[in-house]
Amino acid sequence: MSMHAKVKSAVTALLPVLVFAGGAVLVLVMLLLLTGHSPGPALAALARGAAGSGYALSSTIVRSVPLALSGLAVALAFRAGLLNIGAEGQLLVGACAATAVGVALRATPGVIAIPVMLAAGAIAGAGWAWIAAALRKRYGVLEVISTIMLNFVAINITGWLVRGPLQEPTRINPQSASLPLSQQLPIVIPTTRIHVGAVVAVALALGLWWWLRATASGFRLRAVGANPLAAASAGKIDVSRTAMVAFLISGALAGLAGSVELTGVTYALYENFSPGYGYTAIAVALLARLNPLGVLATALLFGALEAGAGAMQRDAAVPSVVVSVVEAALILMLVAADRWQSRAGQRLATSS
Amino acid sequence: MLSLELAAGGDATGEFLAATVRFATPLAFAAIGECVSERAGVINIGLEGAILAGALGGTVGAGIAGPAAGFAVGAAAGVLVACVFALFTVWLRADQIITGTATNLLALGMTGTLFRSLFGAAGVGLSTPTIAAVAIPGLSALPLVGQAFFAQPVVTYALYVLVPAVAWWMARTHSGLALRAVGESPEAAIAAGVRPRMVQACAVLFAGAMAGIAGATLVLAQAGTFVEGMSAGRGFIAIAIVVLGRWRPLGVAAAAVLFGAANALQTLVQSMGWTAVPYQLILAIPYVLTLLVLAGASGRVAAPAALGRREVEQ
Repeated sequence: MSMHAKVKSAVTALLPVLVFAGGAVLVLVMLLLLTGHSPGPALAALARGAAGSGYALSSTIVRSVPLALSGLAVALAFRAGLLNIGAEGQLLVGACAATAVGVALRATPGVIAIPVMLAAGAIAGAGWAWIAAALRKRYGVLEVISTIMLNFVAINITGWLVRGPLQEPTRINPQSASLPLSQQLPIVIPTTRIHVGAVVAVALALGLWWWLRATASGFRLRAVGANPLAAASAGKIDVSRTAMVAFLISGALAGLAGSVELTGVTYALYENFSPGYGYTAIAVALLARLNPLGVLATALLFGALEAGAGAMQRDAAVPSVVVSVVEAALILMLVAADRWQSRAGQRLATSS
Repeated sequence: MLSLELAAGGDATGEFLAATVRFATPLAFAAIGECVSERAGVINIGLEGAILAGALGGTVGAGIAGPAAGFAVGAAAGVLVACVFALFTVWLRADQIITGTATNLLALGMTGTLFRSLFGAAGVGLSTPTIAAVAIPGLSALPLVGQAFFAQPVVTYALYVLVPAVAWWMARTHSGLALRAVGESPEAAIAAGVRPRMVQACAVLFAGAMAGIAGATLVLAQAGTFVEGMSAGRGFIAIAIVVLGRWRPLGVAAAAVLFGAANALQTLVQSMGWTAVPYQLILAIPYVLTLLVLAGASGRVAAPAALGRREVEQ
């Protein structure tokens, strides 16, 4: 490829990203004006909170870890044609399980306790996803609806646990006891809050990327997602088995996100443990075009947005929930772009 | 008078039934709209967002010009959200599930931002005029069901007219037939001179208006205030109600009452002072019920054949 062609292809690849980013900023500015905030200071606060200092950068990375893990969960499920909207519930159940195991292993050394807690989170997440997977397999229940229902059940179970079996010993606050130091994830970069979970997320993204790309089972999963009928008839693929496996792995990743957030950031379980990570994960996965490596990039972007939104709320009194609008705008722009592209393709196909 | 109040207060069954109808009202509005939308082949996951928008619209409208205006603004806000959804799904023929998810996110962010900008961070001092229950003379004196069904806010009575009207319209009118044709076989509908996109757009906007009214009902007939995310999954429950009601308006209304009862259990538990089952787990019952219903309803019900389909040649 010539230098010129390389530059050109880089521009065509980057252009949509720039257009989307520009569109998202435009939507944000319009909303700020509409609600009577001046955009300049608000956007400055956003940028400062996302990347203005070492502390801000570390917040962005810490924020992006649960988004990356649950984003991977959503991306994998969507790749297999499963609309798993239940990452939120799977994440919560994972955090609950990790908390329960942590209480049981209070006296156990961290080297053993931490891996067991993380594994418990993943297994619980997979188990929670299994309910939706089994309902789909046996009764044909739309996983979109079942996973959302399970999210609400998980929220209520969390609310009960932190007031009941897992409540801290003084029984004053609706939250679990703080994890002992031995059960907290090690920090990888001294003086920051960046914990081992960040490394885990990157490793899993690489692993999933390789698995989907280079292995037969990864190919089967993609084939089932692309066209289940063709996969079953031409590819002799056991579609329902493949879907079940994908659903379980997806749930495990989301559950892991919960246990990593617990052991790496919050150190305790409480009612609003997740500020909607599992829902933001959908935007993360879609914007990454369901590519595991892309998920790392978009998780970082959304992590920056959310860290920045916190600063925007503190410094410019702009409600941080405004970020949801930006995320929605990004998804809608992506959907629109896809549709225009495929329509243009159809027109080309019919005219030639 | 005092003895009457005591009798009403002590009557747990009556209270439970009244709460059932109260909880069922917004669910029935949202579900009847979704029913129409799905019969036209569009599954609108964005219903949740429309309910939320309706709740904020209801709060703002009622604060300015009273409850009636609240319902009107709530419906309009629901339509606005439905417009976004229709633009992408009906016009661009984008994926209905993904668009619906984005619509919900959009509505959640928008309502949260607007609410905090309008009423301050905590929404302190916000008091919205609510509508009182109006007892229908005669009917409200019926034993057991009288108070439950005929001593409710006017908005509940609107359903008693709306549900049969939609049922009749769907079954007996030309436009109702066109709606069902689009949901079953768009090609046949086109052959018969129906414009599927037009029909679907109208159905989605109607669903938006109904969801908006559902949201306004939450505020104006129940909570008396807006809370961020107060739709609490009712849009998704409404979708389950449509499945349980087998895509028929009367069935949908009956299913809404069942879900209202599941919600009313929390009231019953509180009034009876039961503590054996934790309150949070009682709150989970409607969601668990939805799962059981969806599993139980499978195989025996026929969804509209073209539900969720994207490509319609025209």
